[in-house]
Amino acid sequence: MTDDEQDRIDRNRRHFLTVATAVTGLAGVGLAAIPFLSSLKPSARAQALGAPVEVPIGALQEGEMVRVLWRGKLVYILKRSDAMVAGLADNVANLEDPDSEVVEQQPDYAANPMRSIRPDFLVVEGSCTHLGCAPLEDFEVRPSEEWNGGFFCPCHGSKFDLAGRVWQGVPAPTNLRVPPHRFVRDDLILIGQDTGAA
Amino acid sequence: MVKDKMRALAFTAALLFASSANAAGGGAELEPSNIDPGNVNSLQRGARNFMNYCAGCHSAQYVRYNTIGNDLELSEEQLIDNLMFNAEKTFETINASMRPADAERWFGTVPPDVSLIARARGTDYIYNFLKSFHVDPESPTGVDNTVLPGTSMPHVLAELQGYQTAVYETHEDSHGDTVTEFSHFEPLTVGSLDAEDYDDFVRDTTNFLAYIGEPIRSERRKLGVWVLMFLGFFLIISRMLKKQIWKDVK
Amino acid sequence: MARVEAEVGKPQGGLLKWIDDRFPLTKTLKYHVTEYYASKNFNVWYVFGVLAFVVLFIQLFTGLFLTMNYKPSAAEAFASVEYIMRDVEWGWLIRYVHSTGASFFFIVVYLHMFRAMLYGSYKKPRELIWLIGMLIFFVLMAEAFAGYLLPWGQMSYWGAQVIISLFGAIPGIGDALVEFIRGDYSISDITLNRFFALHVIALPLALIGLVFVHIVALHEVGSNNPDGIEIKENKGPDGVPVDGVAFHPYHTSKDLVAIVIFLMIFSAVVFFAPEMGGYFLEHANFEPANLRATPEHIAPVWYFTPFYAILRAVPDKLWGAILMALAVLLPMFLPWLDKSRVRSIRYRGWMYKTALTVFVVSFLTLGWLGVQPAEGIYVRAAQVFTALYFLFFLLMPYYTTIDKTKPVPDRVVAHG
Repeated sequence: MTDDEQDRIDRNRRHFLTVATAVTGLAGVGLAAIPFLSSLKPSARAQALGAPVEVPIGALQEGEMVRVLWRGKLVYILKRSDAMVAGLADNVANLEDPDSEVVEQQPDYAANPMRSIRPDFLVVEGSCTHLGCAPLEDFEVRPSEEWNGGFFCPCHGSKFDLAGRVWQGVPAPTNLRVPPHRFVRDDLILIGQDTGAA
Repeated sequence: MVKDKMRALAFTAALLFASSANAAGGGAELEPSNIDPGNVNSLQRGARNFMNYCAGCHSAQYVRYNTIGNDLELSEEQLIDNLMFNAEKTFETINASMRPADAERWFGTVPPDVSLIARARGTDYIYNFLKSFHVDPESPTGVDNTVLPGTSMPHVLAELQGYQTAVYETHEDSHGDTVTEFSHFEPLTVGSLDAEDYDDFVRDTTNFLAYIGEPIRSERRKLGVWVLMFLGFFLIISRMLKKQIWKDVK
Repeated sequence: MARVEAEVGKPQGGLLKWIDDRFPLTKTLKYHVTEYYASKNFNVWYVFGVLAFVVLFIQLFTGLFLTMNYKPSAAEAFASVEYIMRDVEWGWLIRYVHSTGASFFFIVVYLHMFRAMLYGSYKKPRELIWLIGMLIFFVLMAEAFAGYLLPWGQMSYWGAQVIISLFGAIPGIGDALVEFIRGDYSISDITLNRFFALHVIALPLALIGLVFVHIVALHEVGSNNPDGIEIKENKGPDGVPVDGVAFHPYHTSKDLVAIVIFLMIFSAVVFFAPEMGGYFLEHANFEPANLRATPEHIAPVWYFTPFYAILRAVPDKLWGAILMALAVLLPMFLPWLDKSRVRSIRYRGWMYKTALTVFVVSFLTLGWLGVQPAEGIYVRAAQVFTALYFLFFLLMPYYTTIDKTKPVPDRVVAHG
């Protein structure tokens, strides 16, 4: 074998080993990054503190709303009167997404015109989909101002109806989010869990 | 050159192990606990023992029920039915049923949290401690313990072990002084377990305490094997590269 | 100026040139990496500098992630460490790597320092590198000490109690100084909080800065080698030292192998023996600090025990503290205590070889004695080895002058 041939073999071998070492090293760095990134996820304690919340609703009057915290997030539970529910149909023409087509904003069981499991109870996160302020309640029906009752965000003026559906022409892009929830009993809602045993 | 390397290794080893005698030892000789951390059945029995006999007074405030359930291969129902007497939710930590203020009044001290007792004291200590209660009429609890003399803890396991009395012997030591030393136990009453079963009971309980001291232990060791295998592979490649690069150095 | 302006907007020679016109990137890389020549006969002792750098990085990185979950308060510190160990996903690994890293930092640094003593790396013209290195060692000791208080276990508390009390030995101002360090009448939440600040901000910054100047100083004069000869004095026609090879790719590829081996040993400890029999994580530190009861056996972490043994060997508080401080400081003077004409142990006579052996044995034995009870034969032995430790330094000017040296070759010997 000539020196030139030997040289070429050495160069190839060296190139291959350099690449192999670099790839293995980078793989090692990548694997080592997993624990560090995972450590930033909600810890077991955060998960425990973020467990589902039970809310008794037996004493709630029609037109009355309670605010509860689930995972530190504000959740509104509103008991709607028959009139409130009946009025929802009038808003459709003014709404951005009347049929709840943006799937991330509610579980399947709330993808209906009332955006709820039961017509009388609306459960939505009290966080404006624009930039996260807590919308104020304004349930009074004032047709003259094009206000059919609902939620009004004090920060940037977004409007939502009594099903948490966003009005057209406001900064908020989507409907208020409906958190996972279910009725444990007629008078008890569990926020944060929709399947499995109580 | 080889000599230099050998010296380096010897020195490293010396530094690492020079003072590697166990710092925790000392005091009375302890019988080895012989626990088996990989024995899930033993851990399950230990968990049951702990919840029935210990958790009334001792908390394990850093340990979550669901962690135990996962590691000890228990279903959620098994966990709730067999181990959870105080807590309602599986993600809660183990708290004693006794209130600390009551404990202070009844025993003069709050029973320590036992999340880390096995790491702090060692498993042999716990194993021997639980076997070494003996009748002492002068103690407010009616018993004392040769491993931790003057303990405020009553003999919770008396119904299982029965009561025993400590026999002391006096002899002359090398300086000619008379010394009194603990010799052995003699049973006074019979418990529901014989001596061997009681040892197993205590061993399982100790095993469980060792487990809650570091629930991640077995996973840590499994992962370690993979990490070393990966690094071993990396070592082979990087050594080949080094040799190739150094080939032209005369 | 005009030249630079003309080029704005139409980079020639690509991004690298654009940067090089504004920042000495290629120049710096050449000077410190691709055209930094170090002897080709480096042996295993020469990997510990790089390894110290690796451990520093590991500690900074894991420390950052620990800080995200640790709570520097007396009420919460202990629980927050257990929170990291149990509730934070992978938190146990991050914590074990950090606690193991602390011990390995000292192993690596002690071996790195010993290398300098083997091959006379502290001798002219590398005195300043050695002095900066000693400063790094002092800051590292402070860093480790501050860090050890943070878990707020029994050993954290009582270890800090003992070491801070040492300052009380200083006549006149001692008590006031101790109170000043603690910021309270005893070690408390306040002390913990300020040690946390020192541990995560001040001391790491100082370490990084000192390591930077340590390397700058090293690259100014060039690395020593196992033969202790100046490779710069023997250059080829291309101006490159004939016994030198470029840091990259030669020493980098060699160091990579060392790093992987180091990581294997490190991982073996982290995954299979993170407590290291109670020496890396002391058993008593798994109990929260109890101000009413000192643990039965109290000993500092292993890397302080040689100096602790010297402290206890002296039956007088003030003199014990003085001797301990001297024991830590004395190595600083090595460049001037060592009068030998040669650097490397390879060409020194039997006297230095014997003295160095005695020193190593004394240091290790003192380390072992530091964890034994301070009574009887142990104290006697500590006194003997303390004397030997000091004699190594104090007699050095004498025995290195009269020691018979061998002739030093012109070129480095062997490699591999």
